[in-house]
Amino acid sequence: MTEQRRVAHIVHDNAALADHLHALWERPHTLVGWLSSTDHKDIGRRYLVTAFAFLLLGGLEALALRLQLAKPDSTLLPPEAYDQMFTMHGVSMIFLYAQPILSGFANFLWPLVLGARDMAFPRLNALSYWIFLCAGIFIYSSFLIGAAPNDGWFNYVPYAAREYNPGPNMDFMSLGIIFLGISTTIGAINFVVTWMRHRAPGMSINRLPIIVWGTLTASAANIVVIPAVSLAFFLLWLDRQFNTSFFAVEAGGQPLLWQHLFWIFGHPWVYALVLPAIGLSADAIPVLARRPLVGYTPVALATVSTMAIGFGVWVHHMFATGLPGLSLSFFSGASILIAIPSAVTVFALIATIFSGKPVINTAFLFFAAFIILFVIGGVSGFMTAAIPVDWQLTDTYFVVAHIHYVLIGINVFPVVGSLYFWLPKMTGRMLGERLGRWNFWLMFAGVNIAFLPMHLTGLWGMPRRIYTYHAGMGWSALNMITTVGAFIFAVGVLLLLVNIALSLKVGAKAGPNPWRAGTLEWATTSPPQPYNFVVIPTIASRHPLWEEDLNDTRHRSHVHRGYELSDHHETIGTTTVDAVPDIILKMPSPSLTPLLLALALSALFVGLLLHAWWVVGAAGAAILAVLAAWLWPQAHLGERLEESETAGAGS
Amino acid sequence: MTARQGPLPTAGPMRARPPRLLLLAGVSACLLAAANPARADIPLNYLVSAGARANHILPLTWGVSIISVLVVITLSGLLLWAILRRRGGPPTRTFDNTPASRGGDGLRWISWGVGLSSIVLFATVIWTIRTVARVMEPDEEPAITLEVIAHQWWWEVRYPGAMPSQGFTTANEIHIPVGQPVRIRLKGADVIHSFWVPLLAGKTDVIPGTVNTTWMTADAPGTYRGQCTEYCGVEHANMGFLVIAQPRPEFDAWRRAQASSAAPPARPRAREGEAHFKARCGACHSVRGTGAGGRVGPDLTHLMSRQTLAAATIPNTPDTLARWIIHAQDMKPRSLMPNIRMPEDEHAAITAYLQTLE
Repeated sequence: MTEQRRVAHIVHDNAALADHLHALWERPHTLVGWLSSTDHKDIGRRYLVTAFAFLLLGGLEALALRLQLAKPDSTLLPPEAYDQMFTMHGVSMIFLYAQPILSGFANFLWPLVLGARDMAFPRLNALSYWIFLCAGIFIYSSFLIGAAPNDGWFNYVPYAAREYNPGPNMDFMSLGIIFLGISTTIGAINFVVTWMRHRAPGMSINRLPIIVWGTLTASAANIVVIPAVSLAFFLLWLDRQFNTSFFAVEAGGQPLLWQHLFWIFGHPWVYALVLPAIGLSADAIPVLARRPLVGYTPVALATVSTMAIGFGVWVHHMFATGLPGLSLSFFSGASILIAIPSAVTVFALIATIFSGKPVINTAFLFFAAFIILFVIGGVSGFMTAAIPVDWQLTDTYFVVAHIHYVLIGINVFPVVGSLYFWLPKMTGRMLGERLGRWNFWLMFAGVNIAFLPMHLTGLWGMPRRIYTYHAGMGWSALNMITTVGAFIFAVGVLLLLVNIALSLKVGAKAGPNPWRAGTLEWATTSPPQPYNFVVIPTIASRHPLWEEDLNDTRHRSHVHRGYELSDHHETIGTTTVDAVPDIILKMPSPSLTPLLLALALSALFVGLLLHAWWVVGAAGAAILAVLAAWLWPQAHLGERLEESETAGAGS
Repeated sequence: MTARQGPLPTAGPMRARPPRLLLLAGVSACLLAAANPARADIPLNYLVSAGARANHILPLTWGVSIISVLVVITLSGLLLWAILRRRGGPPTRTFDNTPASRGGDGLRWISWGVGLSSIVLFATVIWTIRTVARVMEPDEEPAITLEVIAHQWWWEVRYPGAMPSQGFTTANEIHIPVGQPVRIRLKGADVIHSFWVPLLAGKTDVIPGTVNTTWMTADAPGTYRGQCTEYCGVEHANMGFLVIAQPRPEFDAWRRAQASSAAPPARPRAREGEAHFKARCGACHSVRGTGAGGRVGPDLTHLMSRQTLAAATIPNTPDTLARWIIHAQDMKPRSLMPNIRMPEDEHAAITAYLQTLE
């Protein structure tokens, strides 16, 4: 049987084609149009805004904690409130900010840097965002009844069991994280498939920007480890609601099982929170240093090998649990040696700056500071990997200092640097440099004033998660310094918001390529058109827009000449390794089904929380109905041509 | 903050930035130096040590700390050099007139950097594993083996005797003989806790359903503070304890005294208090030799031999003791000891009785 396939024609981009594509891809400017958008740029922006909102909430919680700890024997927050605050601070930052903000950048940037028109599964992409939003609201709604999660972001049993924690606090947490896990998993699958199939012709895997390596590695890890944490929370919920005894000691359950399940997820997750951010930095620093990245291949390999080793280090969270010395030694070795791939990246970035001609602007300052904070967070991690030292360091403020250098240094600083760098692409307007300097120096001073002395607070023995301490313990001055630093940092973040607001109103126009950068996203307009590229580009080197600058005479990429795909929502499919074009992929139209499915799932989880079984049943039926509508065959998504269309097409 | 440290960035980015970064580094270094990290007057400071197990760990702690500080200083220096080094021609200010250039492959940075780092890292792995081997078991057989049971939010301590009648239970204060290793079996009564006496030994988690063991030696007589370090609920902050190291004869005398039952009170007021105690407190607390045999709270047989109350949260003085009996919730909110309402004379009698429990 012969299949009738369409053949894409190669054309130059032109205004008529652009107008035609615009009419085809632009979503209606109505509420329904907004809610049904599947445009990766809309979804990316929504991820960024929502994750940033959770960052601000988590930040306010942190300031409350710091006020309480500023002085010894403080009674500002009652212990129960303190416990909920520190738990929600961790949950907000780790689950609702750090990963989703990177999904935001990756969603916005991936199709643009890959030369595609959208992600592989646009509707799943929208679903992933809506579930993230709903799960975040679900977890935060616990504050309304004064019962926010209260067992830390690590939720150790038996304290999380109903016997010791009878309120609904941990049910919000268990169900909320399972719910959020659906979003993360869907998003991760979408990135992996997009990487496999949605790259411009010629973009072989040795020509990918590092952000693609970072997000890809993190996504692959998430697909593997999210099931562990979802299972753990599901078992916890069963223990709490139906008296099963997976973790209940008196019935033969095992509390350490929780720790294994949680940290098998938890440690790779930390790398998932930093590798894409390192990728953003490794793509931006070369532009700002006016030269290609030093050691592209080692850095790409380091990204992947960090995660590979990262699967074998989870027990370093459990050095004090009484496991045998031999098994501890294995995990200790892995945890120390994982510094080697990080060293590759750090030296590559410093070498890039050294041998380049850096233009020192606010974005550059944030990325340069990231390198130093990365080193500080790295060496303190190296210290905790030495088992006997960890027996002293663990669960003291030393580890709090460590995790904040890691998450602020390797996530927040690259993220803010990336806002200065890529927001002009997203909004079409530049951020203010003068305010940017204030923003940078306040955040940089704040983070170091808050967290550098905190290492000493830890070495002087202050345990984590205590709501107060006595004056005689010797920690008073250090805690006051940390609180002052935290507020300086907060003012810096506030200036960032002011800068963004001013930029949106009166910022200078960015133009397509304000940094004279070399990768594909800068070949589009700022902000990009709904269809991204008029024609699908063809890629011949790692820096398609720098080929003339670099006198690269052997390679010539084409961004204004390429496949014309203008019949429906379409993009080109290419092979995984070499990116040879082999199919025209039909893309779905905007749809309300992702939002409806997320709402139905929310109803399901609310029903489970309240034990309202009729709500659960109704939500289940709604989910099936929405899925049926979603999956209903649509002729225009078929790969084969209809009879009427075959005339004139090749075979 | 920033304003005091130098001119605004508009004054010229290349000149304005370095002094501030250096200033910040300088201030941090001075702060650290002035603080003298090895201070001995900070009860939980583990940059000092006072017993064999912690002594073995201490060089590694300082070793990896010094390596870390050197790495941070070196890489900060390299980065600053990379940014600020003089390059031919005017500094790069704008993008439009600065085309990207190849700029050499720079791979030597990676090979040297990673090569040197790897040597240090592998050496640390070996040092770590050797230290683990040193500290897992004491050099000599432990003099005694204690049992410590962690509760929300206090510590039960059981001393074995040659005969069951010589064994006894106390709380929150662990006496050990100086210079001899002591093995401690850790059991959990409810949730996970962690047992930590930084000057003597690192942490060992107390996990319900599992018996973990640790050991420690104290080099010199003294009182060493311990603390629960695994988040265990509302009063995790106030779950301390003391380890009191005594010369062997003193320790033996203490042990004999603790093994005895409480002497019946002599004064009528205290005798009256004993009766009230049995009625009001006996369901949760034990005093050996009386009918009070509760096991929910600490054994109070020799309460007055202890320095602190409520898991090393408050000093044990007549005033604090009297207050603790009726206002525990104000002093340690949500602890399992309730605020008890009782007539004033009953309160005074119970306080008087407890003060006889030498």
